Amino acid sequence: MNEDAGKAYWYATLKLIAGGLVVWFVVSYGFGILLAPALNGIKLGGYPMGFWWAQQGSMYVFIALIFIYAKLMGNLDKKFDVHEE
Amino acid sequence: MSLQATIYLVVGLTFALYIGIAIWSRAGSTSDFYVAGSGVHPVLNGMATGADWMSAASFISMAGLIAGMGYGGALFLMGWTGGYVLLAMLLAPYLRKFGKYTVPQFFGDRYYSKAASSVAVICLIIASTTYIIGQMTGVGVAFSRFLGVSHQVGVFVGMGIVFMYAVFGGMKGITYTQVAQYCVLIFAYTIPAIFISMALTGNPIPQLGLGGEFHGTGVSLLAKVDQVATDLGFPQYTTSTRISTLNMFVYTFSLMIGTAGLPHGIIRFFTVPKVRDARMSAGWALVFIGILYTTAPGVAAMAKLNLHATVNKAVKSGGDLFAPENSVLYDERPDWMKRWEVTGLLKWEDKNGDGRIQYYNDKNPPAGAVAAGWAGNELTVNRDIIVLANPEIARLPNWVIALVAAGGLAAALSTAAGLLLAISSAISHDLLKDMWMPDLTEKGELLAGKIAMACAIVVAGWLGLNPPDFAAGTVAIAFGLAASSIFPALMMGIFNKKMNKEGAMCGMIAGIGFTMIYVFAHKGLFFIKGTEFLDLFGGKPNFFLGIEPNAIGGIGALVNFAVAWIVSKMTPDPPEHIQHLVEDVRIPRGAKAVDGTHIH
Repeated sequence: MNEDAGKAYWYATLKLIAGGLVVWFVVSYGFGILLAPALNGIKLGGYPMGFWWAQQGSMYVFIALIFIYAKLMGNLDKKFDVHEE
Repeated sequence: MSLQATIYLVVGLTFALYIGIAIWSRAGSTSDFYVAGSGVHPVLNGMATGADWMSAASFISMAGLIAGMGYGGALFLMGWTGGYVLLAMLLAPYLRKFGKYTVPQFFGDRYYSKAASSVAVICLIIASTTYIIGQMTGVGVAFSRFLGVSHQVGVFVGMGIVFMYAVFGGMKGITYTQVAQYCVLIFAYTIPAIFISMALTGNPIPQLGLGGEFHGTGVSLLAKVDQVATDLGFPQYTTSTRISTLNMFVYTFSLMIGTAGLPHGIIRFFTVPKVRDARMSAGWALVFIGILYTTAPGVAAMAKLNLHATVNKAVKSGGDLFAPENSVLYDERPDWMKRWEVTGLLKWEDKNGDGRIQYYNDKNPPAGAVAAGWAGNELTVNRDIIVLANPEIARLPNWVIALVAAGGLAAALSTAAGLLLAISSAISHDLLKDMWMPDLTEKGELLAGKIAMACAIVVAGWLGLNPPDFAAGTVAIAFGLAASSIFPALMMGIFNKKMNKEGAMCGMIAGIGFTMIYVFAHKGLFFIKGTEFLDLFGGKPNFFLGIEPNAIGGIGALVNFAVAWIVSKMTPDPPEHIQHLVEDVRIPRGAKAVDGTHIH
């Protein structure tokens, strides 16, 4: 693998990680903490929404996020021909 | 069969199951022990990782703390799950490509020096020992109830059992044993939650029940909890922040990066067969951890409601909380309270001499309580008992209560034993054999490892008698210590190829040093009571921006990053071959089998 391709792969990886971290931050620190008081005005069944993000929603997103990230990284590995096997 | 006999039977059966599986699938060699995951389906591997990772803090302590903290308790939930996102994206695949067994080996190679490796080992030992103090607190709670003895005796018995478990426990590393432990643990956690959710809301799924209606009243369960809490002078359940928004933010951050920096969390990702698997197994691990973690908020709120309903008849009937006849007579208290009084973890003191139990927040006494002549809160319930007492409070069948006891013991023992193994191999192999006494024989190394384990247990058990905090609180401090030392150095080792050994070492020392000084100022030097030195900093707790010591690791990590970056700019770049190594680690292809053979 030449150096340019290596750099491009790493740049694409960093972009993907940055995107993942934005989602990670927004659902937990954003919805779950900083915006929770505002979101609590909205009800999700019996849940105030800020409380729901903090004690339920953020965790569901974390799980989905890891699988989506793993899938997209797998695609990236194949595209740049750096996958295993 | 009596309750106590049922508990012995169920705990005995589960232990027989673990031992049976351990014998059936005995680990043959060193690499079997560590790479136990390789021939195993990723889903089973995820369960094993879950059992490894969820300890007394998650199982026994966390929901009780959330019950007390309300909304603010979310910092444990988000902190201890969000860390897996960081693990999957920032560390796991790269550590796997690196191809070593342990964190100190990574440090030795990436930072091309034994000194860097030693600093990492010492940081790991400090964090892991603190972690075990929290585990011993939880083990003490479980054994005191299990055997019907005081908490002190419970801790002593627990010390002995944990030691035996760790010494005889190659079985710890066998994936199928851990899968069994996970199954016991998760059934034990969810079954009572399902029963209770069904009883309170008519919805068997606690995650939905918590957002459901308090049965037949037209009021949501959370609104009911909010109302009972505020009527009795407690903060509103769904909005009570932990100290401040900033503190809650930093606390969550500290737990997240600590998750990605503690050895028992990351060790499995070193040894999965492929880089691709490292990413996936973090996801599967979080699925299985998430089952417990998304159930915990329901357990917390419902246990709180049930506890109040037990001592005050007006909670369920909706009558006057302060009417004298609604406070339960001490002589008519339910049996579970008597059983927990034996442990000393639940206490009643009749302050107003009426023979009834008044349970409320006397620091913010509601007007009704003052008018009714309540003379102070009379019931003290240690938060660490909530989960174990929960099925008893809800009057569930004996076999459920017994199952919860077995689950608590499984969670506490497996993690405590795993951490002891990590400490013992860090001392005997990474410190003694690799650095200080290269001539040490294999026998000597094993002996040194056992002595290290025994010392760690005695220290942790002794400190666990007078713990710095509830089990989960102490464990949070351990996460803070790992967050401020290991995680930043690991991350910079992968994402900054110019990071050199000087920077990494200074960063770790500055980060963990800052964190330890802040924690010890509040909790005593090495957690020894009476040696607090808050006076040096003006005598006020949480003196740094109002951040509590349990959360300070988040700031310590920032100190680590900053110091490491500045020092690395002032000192020579790492050698060329190390920079190439880092570039190589970033690319999945060419991942070799793990090497760096390791004892145990």
